[in-house]
Amino acid sequence: MELFDNIMLGLSVAVTPENLAYAFLGAFLGTIIGVLPGIGPLATIAMLLPITYVLPPVAGLIMLAGIYYGSQYGGSTTAILVNLPGEISAVVTVLDGHQMAKNGRAGAALALAALGSFFAGCVATLLIAGFAPPLAEIAFKFGPAEYFSLMVLGLIGAVVLGSGSLIKAICMILLGLLLGMVGTDVNSGVARYAFNIPELQDGIDFAAVAMGVFGFAEVMRNLEQGEKAQHTTSTIGSLYPNMQEIKESWGAVVRGTAIGSVLGVLPGGGSVLAAFASYTVEKKLSKTPERFGKGHPAGVAGPESANNAGAQTSFIPMLTLGIPSNAVMALMIGAMTIHNIQPGPQVISSHPELFWGLIASMWVGNLMLVVLNLPLVGLWVKLLKIPYRILFPAILVFCSIGVYSLNYNVFDIYVTVAFGFIGYLWGKLGCEGAPLLLGLVLGPMMEENFRRALLLSRGDFMTFIERPLSATLLFLAVALVLLIAVPAIRKKRDETFEEET
Amino acid sequence: MRIQGQQNFWSGVMFIVVGLLFSWFATDYQMGTAARMGPGYFPFWLGIIMAILGASLSLGALSHKAEETKVDRFDWKSIILVLGGVALFALLLKPLGLYVSLFLLVMITSYASHDFNWKVALATAIFLVVFSYVAFVKGLGLIFPLYPWFIGN
Repeated sequence: MELFDNIMLGLSVAVTPENLAYAFLGAFLGTIIGVLPGIGPLATIAMLLPITYVLPPVAGLIMLAGIYYGSQYGGSTTAILVNLPGEISAVVTVLDGHQMAKNGRAGAALALAALGSFFAGCVATLLIAGFAPPLAEIAFKFGPAEYFSLMVLGLIGAVVLGSGSLIKAICMILLGLLLGMVGTDVNSGVARYAFNIPELQDGIDFAAVAMGVFGFAEVMRNLEQGEKAQHTTSTIGSLYPNMQEIKESWGAVVRGTAIGSVLGVLPGGGSVLAAFASYTVEKKLSKTPERFGKGHPAGVAGPESANNAGAQTSFIPMLTLGIPSNAVMALMIGAMTIHNIQPGPQVISSHPELFWGLIASMWVGNLMLVVLNLPLVGLWVKLLKIPYRILFPAILVFCSIGVYSLNYNVFDIYVTVAFGFIGYLWGKLGCEGAPLLLGLVLGPMMEENFRRALLLSRGDFMTFIERPLSATLLFLAVALVLLIAVPAIRKKRDETFEEET
Repeated sequence: MRIQGQQNFWSGVMFIVVGLLFSWFATDYQMGTAARMGPGYFPFWLGIIMAILGASLSLGALSHKAEETKVDRFDWKSIILVLGGVALFALLLKPLGLYVSLFLLVMITSYASHDFNWKVALATAIFLVVFSYVAFVKGLGLIFPLYPWFIGN
């Protein structure tokens, strides 16, 4: 059993004391930022990314991954107890979760959310272990033309599901690709758009961009809106769901896991869409749809399982193809490149301990999260009482120190400040930052493959449509755009999706 | 003429201007041919495509059928305090060292809060300086200039 051997290898990496500690730290931090509204996994991972320089690559990735799925757990706590999504992916959980809390079943809702997420996490981990290696095998057959087309599909897929104007989102991708051009061109050695600034010859650091756009700009937006006092449900009650609640929700957990696992793999899918889809399905299937919105356990268990499954399977395209399906995965790719690991299908064979260690750590991390979230729930409730006037200077301090330690150069702090202002401006203009980040990370890779594809075809652009696989991928991208142009689908999309931060 | 969709209109203008700037600078680099692309080729066409899409975005926003949006006012107080505070931190890090510049960063940016209280800000600043010492300087071993220039490291 090769899979078994691989999982054993992964476990042997994941349970070393050091890696266990980093998995715990990631899960712990993820829960904190998940619980706190106004700070998301994207900003946190960007903030901590430079610090992973000093860690071994496996430990760094384990910790960053833990932050991402940990935030999915933490987000539900705030949704249930405060009637406010701690994370955007917990938006749906608010509907029935807080109603359950009002009915005195807060503890049961928390338990259903955590246990559902745990089940989903276990299944999704197995799916990654089972499906990633064969997918990587297929990816080895890709030439530069196929890679280019795949990236086009990935980028388009990531925005057709987003909210707002499609043209605007595509423009943000293009802007990201262009910003990715800054720095030394690998083929000719020419420093592009560097304007004789030595720091710019290495390119714009995407961690600085992410921190500016998602960290600083977010802080300014929150300050502008004014801090609001939060009302917490004080009684949590029994953490044990009763028999009826279990009976009503286990089906939702299984279906939510399936929905989330599928949607997570798709570009732009991820956890938010998964949660919405699961809620819709549960309401449709229920014999008593009128109870949804009034505290139906399935309305908590389903979406919470779905968002965790989606968060985890979104690692599949990142690990096998080197293509990020959302902005968090773009940062994970960045984390790999700073450790000189070229993301792509070769990661599984060239760094098996990293690949399988990361997967095994997800299972270990999920287990830790159940323990962290249920018995310690009182601690997280206290966290919600920290006023924003204390929280935001701390965010700024971590960002500033993090970005300085990228290259031990204050220039990166100035870049972050500039992108903080630009990100604030984009907020006013209704432009989303996430597509830009995907473009920024993929820019150099995309240009490289575009150039190589045309070099091989002697300048014939038809190569992209003459090669069947490449043509299929491009066709899918065009079909997605046309599909979204149909007004009926468009309306539905605007209702169900917001930027994932 | 009134602009119906202000957000999309001004976003479009931004994409046009930035796209054309990128394309214009790209002409400084070798263009090459499709088979042997120079460094200017890819960014040049990306910039052009972005400018065209930006133009269609702006024109669409002028139509009276466009969704009505407004660009809200900027909260300059928060912008200046937050971004100014961080920029000052960058400026002072070398001459004054981590502890002093961090302290100033927290004090200045705290002032952007609606319920600013100098005692709370002071406590936050002291806590964050100590935390940074424990976590970043000692724990992770990151290297900073620690003390002001006249004391030396």
